[in-house]
Amino acid sequence: MAERPAYPAAHPAEVRVVSQRFGDPRAATLAGYLDTGGYQALGKALGLNGGEAMAPEAIIEEVKKSSLRGRGGAGFPTGLKWSFIPKGGDKPKYVLCNADESEPGTCKDRLILEYDPFAIIEGITIAGRAIGAQRGFIYIRGEYRYVLDIMQRALAEAYAAGYLGANIRGSGFSFDILAHTGAGAYECGEESALMESLEGKRGIPRLKPPFPAISGLYGCPTVINNVETLASVPPIILRGGDWFLNIGLPKNGGPRLFSLSGQVRNRGVYELPLGFPLRRLIEEVGGGVLGGSLKAVVPGGSSTPIFTAEEALGLNLDYDSVGKAGSFLGSGGVVVINDRTCMVKFALRVMQFYRHESCGWCVPCREGTNWLQLALTRFHRGDGRPEDVDLFTDVAQNILGRTLCPLGDAAAMPILSIVRKFRSEFEDHLHGRPCPFAAESSAVPVA
Amino acid sequence: MSVFSPATRDRFERLAASYPQARSALVPMLLYAQDELGYLPPEAIAEIAALLGETELAVREVIGYYSMLRTAPAGRYHVQVCTNISCMLRGGEEILGHCQRRLGIHNRQTTPDGMFSIEEVECMGACAWAPALQVNYDFHQELDPAKVDEILEKYRRQG
Ligand SMILES: Cc1cc2nc3c(=O)[nH]c(=O)nc-3n(C[C@H](O)[C@H](O)[C@H](O)COP(=O)(O)O)c2cc1C
Ligand code: SF4
Ligand code: FES
Repeated sequence: MAERPAYPAAHPAEVRVVSQRFGDPRAATLAGYLDTGGYQALGKALGLNGGEAMAPEAIIEEVKKSSLRGRGGAGFPTGLKWSFIPKGGDKPKYVLCNADESEPGTCKDRLILEYDPFAIIEGITIAGRAIGAQRGFIYIRGEYRYVLDIMQRALAEAYAAGYLGANIRGSGFSFDILAHTGAGAYECGEESALMESLEGKRGIPRLKPPFPAISGLYGCPTVINNVETLASVPPIILRGGDWFLNIGLPKNGGPRLFSLSGQVRNRGVYELPLGFPLRRLIEEVGGGVLGGSLKAVVPGGSSTPIFTAEEALGLNLDYDSVGKAGSFLGSGGVVVINDRTCMVKFALRVMQFYRHESCGWCVPCREGTNWLQLALTRFHRGDGRPEDVDLFTDVAQNILGRTLCPLGDAAAMPILSIVRKFRSEFEDHLHGRPCPFAAESSAVPVA
Repeated sequence: MSVFSPATRDRFERLAASYPQARSALVPMLLYAQDELGYLPPEAIAEIAALLGETELAVREVIGYYSMLRTAPAGRYHVQVCTNISCMLRGGEEILGHCQRRLGIHNRQTTPDGMFSIEEVECMGACAWAPALQVNYDFHQELDPAKVDEILEKYRRQG
């Protein structure tokens, strides 16, 4: 009796590349995938359709040309990442697909996994060919059990039809993929923690360097990419890097998926060209703010610094523009907040999350998130002291850049931006006054 | 004697053999073991440790890290309510409160008949269809109190 998300027809502003098969129930079967252009890219890469096989370097070159950047959070150029894998060597190489999707505000990979599992399989296989790997793993968060089932059925079909395994479709190239379940831990989405977890350990991140390209899974050269990144690869190989690049902006190739959530009318997952104005996403695609007027927007998942309404409405959604404005495009999770929502409460809920997810290894992250959660709880209740507001900033500053993995920064950045941009709301909670927004919940119920 | 069904035991052996290093199968095995037994009792931990040639202590350390793994039983239907930001903005906390009142239990408690337990959880990847909850692995989305009542009633009747 599980519910599957429904997919409305594409909004006219959308450019559907990785979402081209969303809503099509047949796409998760091999026959349906093949009918809709599936496996033509692998055919081209391996020379299965009469043409000559592409050299691994040519595959990487095409991905570089596309300016595809990672869709998992950091936005690193994918082709460049692949080119860091040393050629030759006697260690096996691995491709990891990061399907741990757990950045609050993000619900896009779930759709690709559910509706287009073969696109991910094809993308991983092409990546494997490009870097000289023979094995790939798909690390799926434990809560996505039905998605794991879908992926396992797809893998079995791909094996049965010779699209995986030894000597794929007579090409001489052999490649295996295993789908692997996590068991609940946001931290395991961080690449080195994911590798630890896949090795059967706790997901404590590793010290870097060495980077995964040199020493990743089992100490071997490893490429790790997000689901959406890998699903973008087949269309790039098939239609060319230039085609993909031209959908977006220079250095920001292609469209990408945005998860639109919060207090906005038409929530959903939309595939829009990079550089798309945030104002249009909220007003035109999203149908406008619900329950009040716009107060703030989280641009790329809960760890990315927040924008005020004014900042948000002038912003374009590409990596460089959002970066220049002081935040990150992150995972593409856009969260819309109306003016009846208490930002102290919002900051508190975000901090509760990071405190829960901190693995406790580094003192600044463990102690900082713990203290901030307790202090924000007290503060929100009306028991704050005037000096607390600056203390929030000091404590967060002391986490920033002082931890083993970027979760520490992810915890510090939102609170820093919220205190800076909504300081008056913190001051409104002082002097024994309870939360001015508390009289009624600002939550907008589902219509 | 195995604590697992023959099918699960079989599956574990295949799983351990499907990775370059058997230990990689640990987390999936623990989760599948829990699916079968409802939680991870000491016998299950001992058997999995033996299967992989690991110590029980090492296995327990791993269990302690992952939020979905538990060493004590939960309700037959484990109701996990998301209150993270996208859900909070659409009434996730109210949904959690409603579940608690309906079932007469607090967060991390189980009803006396063992049927339901409740847990407040973090983002489950349903943000655009918030507020959301999962009962065991099943997603339920775009909730309001009436819909929650229907869902709980359906599970109750299912027994
Ligand atoms: C705490 C933390 C959690 C992360 N969670 C995810 C995740 O769930 N999915 C993901 O693709 N990347 C996640 N990342 C980013 C990964 O570390 C890594 O950058 C990404 O998988 C690389 O793929 P890409 O280049 O295709 O984006 C996370 C990073 C951090 C620090
Ligand atoms: S920053 Fe936090 S989550 Fe990351 S390793 Fe340190 S304690 Fe663990
Ligand atoms: S915030 Fe509740 S599902 Fe993402």
